[in-house]
Amino acid sequence: MAELVSHPDEVRVVAKRFGKGATNIDRYLELDGYKAVRKALGMQPDAIINEVKNSGLRGRGGAGFNTGLKWSFVPKQSAKPKYILCNGDESEPGTCKDRLIFEEDPHSVIEGVIIAGLAVGASSGYIYIRGEYRYLLEIMQKAIADAYAKGFLGKNIFGSGRDFEVYWHGGAGAYEVGEESALMESLEGKRGVPRIRPPFPAVVGLWGGPTVINNAETLASVPPIILGGAEWFANLGTPKNGGTRLFCLSGHVNKPGVYELPMGYNLKKMIYEVGGGIPNGRKLKAVVPGGSSCPLLTSEEIDLPMDFDTLMKAGSMLGSGGVVMVDDSTCMVKFALRIMKFYQHESCGWCIPCREGTDWLMKTLTRFHSGGGIRKDIDNIQYLSENMLGRTFCPLGDAAALPTISIVKKFRKEFEDHLEGRPCPFEKKGAVERLPVFA
Amino acid sequence: MRFSDQFEARFTEMLTHYPTKRSVLVPTLLYAQDEAGFLSDEVITEIAGRLDLTELDVRNVISYYSMLTTKPRGKFNVQVCRNISCLLRGADELIEHCEKKLGIAHKGTTPDGLFSFEEVECIGACSWAPAAQVNYDFHENLTAEKMDRILDEYRTKVQ
Ligand SMILES: Cc1cc2nc3c(=O)[nH]c(=O)nc-3n(C[C@H](O)[C@H](O)[C@H](O)COP(=O)(O)O)c2cc1C
Ligand code: FES
Repeated sequence: MAELVSHPDEVRVVAKRFGKGATNIDRYLELDGYKAVRKALGMQPDAIINEVKNSGLRGRGGAGFNTGLKWSFVPKQSAKPKYILCNGDESEPGTCKDRLIFEEDPHSVIEGVIIAGLAVGASSGYIYIRGEYRYLLEIMQKAIADAYAKGFLGKNIFGSGRDFEVYWHGGAGAYEVGEESALMESLEGKRGVPRIRPPFPAVVGLWGGPTVINNAETLASVPPIILGGAEWFANLGTPKNGGTRLFCLSGHVNKPGVYELPMGYNLKKMIYEVGGGIPNGRKLKAVVPGGSSCPLLTSEEIDLPMDFDTLMKAGSMLGSGGVVMVDDSTCMVKFALRIMKFYQHESCGWCIPCREGTDWLMKTLTRFHSGGGIRKDIDNIQYLSENMLGRTFCPLGDAAALPTISIVKKFRKEFEDHLEGRPCPFEKKGAVERLPVFA
Repeated sequence: MRFSDQFEARFTEMLTHYPTKRSVLVPTLLYAQDEAGFLSDEVITEIAGRLDLTELDVRNVISYYSMLTTKPRGKFNVQVCRNISCLLRGADELIEHCEKKLGIAHKGTTPDGLFSFEEVECIGACSWAPAAQVNYDFHENLTAEKMDRILDEYRTKVQ
């Protein structure tokens, strides 16, 4: 369904089976499928954890936490069952990569879940897929059933004497449910409101048992690490940022698509060489480097390697891999408003700073963009956003505040151009112009 | 209240997947809605009863999830993404076009009950923007003309 693209600079690790019919379990087996789990069955749990830790694999869901380290927090002994939970809620605006993994290579996720289970001593895992992705849930249901039929799941997997169950689970539409603690609430059949931490899920998670929660791409990266080794994977990327990553290029770019590039790939090159530059002879104005929660970069700030630490140093985040290009025909006030409308819509309402903050900000930005802004609003937007930071149970409040603060700081002049009843200076141009469509 | 055999088989199986009954609630509500069209009082009573929950528990969950609805919708629910990647590639114009073509606004339903229209947040099709879903089907790289063709196809499907 979703179209595939390619570029010579791609290094295919997670995407290596894309377009090769690997949803079929026999085809998956031909393409090195389920080899990693066989190998892992012969390894000590600590050896698996160390391999993943040393590979420098960091969470692809957004926060970029070292995956092996996260696994090591799970207590060895536990009175309650331990669980692996694959986060396939993918809803961060700009992000469309987990979709391709589920569509093209669902068994790699199952394999990652089993290996994570072997590493932490869990004997069941859940794969949560957002409700909108119904066709992918069906692909996953079939993949799981096929794996059971082959004896790769269930009792005595691969004749090893170990048992492992994998279950699918479908959502019903909610961005907040992608947040790890809300994800567990949702799986337990409740409203997706976050839980207070500590205790962290690694200690108290699903139904009170220790739980490892990882993004689908993170888990799909695990089998190649077990097969190829930590050193190989680490060397694909930059120090402490192992491997490759699926970058989703979208917005004002000539060749949108999902490309697997090494960690640390230069952003400018990504935009102009991989993505083919900005359409219609326009100039780049800003980039959302990793999904809508990340502070924006201006066109002057893009000559940098795309890894977690560099982006952090640059005052932004690598986030979820959604790289959105914004050209100079775009009104940044409108862009800020659109982002805030999203967070206002998705705030679960549990924490007051997030619920009220996103609402006030949306209202202010709406009035401001329509020409009813006063100078004081500009600082107020920034002040309100800053007051949401770190004051909520989950980072959705931060996710709303961070891009907003960056837009006010970096594009203040555009706010000033909307003052004194002036209509939006971009309204006529930008939006109406048709972009090339790759149908 | 009768659901399909497939629903019942899936429901029975799902109950074996979790240590608590309640855990099947969210996917079950969506599957029930797919069959019944919307989550009517009758459906809610039925599901609450099966899972030993109060109707209020179930309603509380329904109101949280954007795909769940307690109101009837058109046979084909047209959901156009309005989020950033789509916005930059003409989502506003596409939304306006759909509203005109269908003669309904956000969350409206055509008088013949065929179409509903909804603006939605990111549906994970950002690299193929602008994008929409009709029920569960994805439609990507949309233009007004392409959208017209798609809507016409759904219209002829029921004839
Ligand atoms: C509001 C919010 C939404 C999130 N949505 C997702 C999501 O859709 N998918 C995902 O994998 N992680 C999402 N995350 C991050 C998760 O909380 C969690 O960090 C992640 O699933 C851990 O997996 P990783 O370490 O493999 O990245 C979200 C976080 C927040 C605060
Ligand atoms: S922004 Fe429209 S599909 Fe992601």
